[in-house]
Amino acid sequence: METAMAPKAQPAAPAGSASPPPPAPARRFRTDRIAVPWWFVLPALAFFAFAVLVPSARGAVYSFTDWDGLARSSSFVGLEHYRSLLSDSGARDALVHTLLIAFSVTVVQNAVGLLLALGVNTRIRSRNVLRVFFFAPAVITPVVTAYLWKYLYAPEGAINAALDALGLGLLTQSWLGDSDLALWSVVAVIVWQFSGYSMVIFLAGLQSIPREIYEASDMDGAGPVRRFWHIVRPMLAPAFTINLMLSLIGGLKLFDQVWVMTQGGPGGATDTLSTVIYREAFQFNAFAYSTAMAVVLTLFVIVLSGVQYGYLGRQERNS
Amino acid sequence: MKRYTWRTGLLEAAMIVAALVFAFPVYVLFVQALRPVDDTGASPLVPPASPTLDNFAQAWQQASLGPAVLNSALVTAASVVLLVVLSALAAYPIARSTRGWSRAVFALFMLGLLLPFQLALIPLYQTMRDLGLLGNPIALIIYYTGVQMPFSVFLYTGFLRGLDRGYEEAAMMDGASPLRTFFSVVLPLLRPITGTVVILNVIFVWNDFLTPLLYLSGSGNQTIPVALFGFVGQYVSQWPLVFAGLIIGSIPVLTVYFAMQKRVIQGFAGGLKG
Repeated sequence: METAMAPKAQPAAPAGSASPPPPAPARRFRTDRIAVPWWFVLPALAFFAFAVLVPSARGAVYSFTDWDGLARSSSFVGLEHYRSLLSDSGARDALVHTLLIAFSVTVVQNAVGLLLALGVNTRIRSRNVLRVFFFAPAVITPVVTAYLWKYLYAPEGAINAALDALGLGLLTQSWLGDSDLALWSVVAVIVWQFSGYSMVIFLAGLQSIPREIYEASDMDGAGPVRRFWHIVRPMLAPAFTINLMLSLIGGLKLFDQVWVMTQGGPGGATDTLSTVIYREAFQFNAFAYSTAMAVVLTLFVIVLSGVQYGYLGRQERNS
Repeated sequence: MKRYTWRTGLLEAAMIVAALVFAFPVYVLFVQALRPVDDTGASPLVPPASPTLDNFAQAWQQASLGPAVLNSALVTAASVVLLVVLSALAAYPIARSTRGWSRAVFALFMLGLLLPFQLALIPLYQTMRDLGLLGNPIALIIYYTGVQMPFSVFLYTGFLRGLDRGYEEAAMMDGASPLRTFFSVVLPLLRPITGTVVILNVIFVWNDFLTPLLYLSGSGNQTIPVALFGFVGQYVSQWPLVFAGLIIGSIPVLTVYFAMQKRVIQGFAGGLKG
């Protein structure tokens, strides 16, 4: 390339000995300014493939076999497990519960998180303490918070005692024992634990909004509601995307809290795909059937988060 | 901006009430943990007349929390060190190269954010069993390093894309090898986001429950969540004892959080720009 473009006036080298340009600089010129060796990704990729990619692929394959978890060999059964899933009313209920939990956690957790973020992103004196405080539940082991709430929700537990003390004895409930209520009691625990997580992400978004924009809107006489809707909300679009994705995926995968508080009860009222997968695999040894259920869960996570991501991406570009 | 007005005061009051509602479960936790075991029948809301710390000592011994704390600390420290070094090393070429392979590798890691652990759970359990690693903390370290790699690579890649290349280029001009440039120039520049990667991974690894329950059951190498799970199963009606155990089990991770809380918010802010 360089030889061809060299000015003719230069004392031309004999045509026969026109050496090709030295390869090293040419290659560097064509690619990146700094050549970082590609093999730097290999160690990370090796751990990731061993712990996630390979076993996930094997799980997907097992879902088409009659593997029992112990035998070295297994035979292909096609879509049999998927067909039995369709007629398994317990699995269908679990799917409905999983979607209900994921959607309601996504909506309520982010609504609470956003309100908290707007509240601490002001001039109140306790703002720094409150920030640290509201995030703290997200740090605590889910097993611990689940046991704590199991006690709070007990018939003679702290919530009913508090309602009695406030003269609201009529509102006392069997929070985890009532099959109409148990699912929402579980949702409340997740919202309590992770609203602070949403708050921190919204807060990061709020703090990236330049102060001049607020001042300009003050001078235009915009009230707090209009200012939020027309100025703050569009600028929070990236924070909304991250928050909604994290809470949707987390809600769909939820296991620890449900397992500790209800084990899916009463009467399957809080069974989710995760608890059914666990029970089928480790209590009934139906390994292949449980991996078919895990494949269904995976498809729901990928499709729903893909749809949500596409929608939020459009919103971000429009704002 | 505006000064502290009566409206600000009203907002402050409302936020503090919200904080008290959030704190209610924690208040009950301490009231119960400080209650003497024989002080039954009292309302769960009233602090005990003669608070005691006996429950903490008993829970520490009977749940064998000492060994569990050590085990959790070992697994968490090893996994987080591996995660920080290896994910930063991987994010470096991914962020610096614009070629097809780097986008493909990044997409592969992002797929890992979506795959639910339930899908890999059973096949990986079988592999660990075949390798004779069940009951061995090494199995957990390998698992956490792999499973948290996508999120860590995601955070580092976003940060690296916004990082000036001048220092690296200068180091390479001076003849430093790429590996040496990475360890002595790039890794130190990543410190702000490393704080976030550390704290989020510490929280995840320390708190994870199902995998250690499956991999370590009956081995005596339990981690804190599994030790607490077994302990509660044994002493289910003795809430004061149970709650003392729950508090002890939460102290280490809360300490790390309070020590590093500034980094959490800053790190998220950096992640949003990436």
